[in-house]
Amino acid sequence: MSESRPPSSLDDLDARLQEAKARRAGAKSAKDPREQGQGLGFALRIGVDIVAALVVGVGIGLLLDSWLGTAPWMLLLFFLLGAAAGLLNVYRVMAGFGYAAGYRQGGQEAAGPGTGQPERGPPDRGESGRGGGGQPPAAD
Amino acid sequence: MAGADTGGAHSPLEQFEITRIVPLDIGGADLSFTNSSLMMVAAVLIASAFLILSMRRGALVPGRWQSVAELSYEFVANLIGETIGSQGRAYFPIIFTLFMFIFMGNMLGMLPYSFTFTSHIIVTFVMAFIVFVGVTILGFMRHGMHFFSFFVPPGAPVWMWPLLIPIEVISYLSRPVSLSVRLFANMLAGHTLLKVIAGFIAVLGVAGILPFALVVALTGLEILIAFLQAYVFAILTCLYINDSLHLH
Repeated sequence: MSESRPPSSLDDLDARLQEAKARRAGAKSAKDPREQGQGLGFALRIGVDIVAALVVGVGIGLLLDSWLGTAPWMLLLFFLLGAAAGLLNVYRVMAGFGYAAGYRQGGQEAAGPGTGQPERGPPDRGESGRGGGGQPPAAD
Repeated sequence: MAGADTGGAHSPLEQFEITRIVPLDIGGADLSFTNSSLMMVAAVLIASAFLILSMRRGALVPGRWQSVAELSYEFVANLIGETIGSQGRAYFPIIFTLFMFIFMGNMLGMLPYSFTFTSHIIVTFVMAFIVFVGVTILGFMRHGMHFFSFFVPPGAPVWMWPLLIPIEVISYLSRPVSLSVRLFANMLAGHTLLKVIAGFIAVLGVAGILPFALVVALTGLEILIAFLQAYVFAILTCLYINDSLHLH
């Protein structure tokens, strides 16, 4: 990239500016991509996240059932809520929310899922640019 | 448990058995000093000795041991700096302690004939539960009753709240479960797999070289996982503390 760079290309300059900006923004709040390691650990983490929420949901359902005497209904309700919570956990990890409950994403942005996507790129690039702290993902 | 000894083959789960070393019974509660307790004490002692002895001289140009000690310090300090920021300095001791304890426990478990205390869910769950309770208390101390706004997604219409709040609460309550199960399951599965594959070596005779090679590879993988799981535990603790400090 550096060998054939047209010096007057505003597009190129713009791209590099964007990248630098993203790197700066990413350096401030690049916590998520770090633990988004690929491979084995990642796969297991996702599985555990689903199952854990499901287990908690079913547990709450069973407790409420035995307490209120509403035979299977609380179990059914909280099974579904637990499944939803599990999917929400996974969605957050995948969309770059990290493991945070809540919807804050890296920076100051408190927003719904829609704005989550465009924000994903910059922290990733920022992470690769920093290089120094990248040993755990590389080892994963 | 003991019935698996038929034919001289050991059960792959035998390595997880708790044995009492010093039986102790106080008021009906079994407080025996077990092999698990022994490994925990060993982990604490080794980690402490490593840090204290290697930093004893505190040379300006670090020697080998001092370099490793400083590396582990900087690793956790960077972790905290990146996830929590400057406010996170106050939580360095707990995170560093957790990281070193789990890492030492996992690595001690890699020694032949030793015992992996992190392969027991009660151990990992207690650690995860301490983190969970501590983080929740921290959230209440910092934000008071405002902490409950954590469970309401911002921008969601009010009529969705009855559906969203239970989901958020379950998601929050699933944290200690996933945190503990992740570490426990990795350790249990990894060590069981090692033992099962190692069991094939003697049975297959000359062809046993294949499972032997696999065991060598898996041992390397297990060492990687031992580090990775300690790292994941530490970084998740950081993220949870960060959540409690700054609600959305």
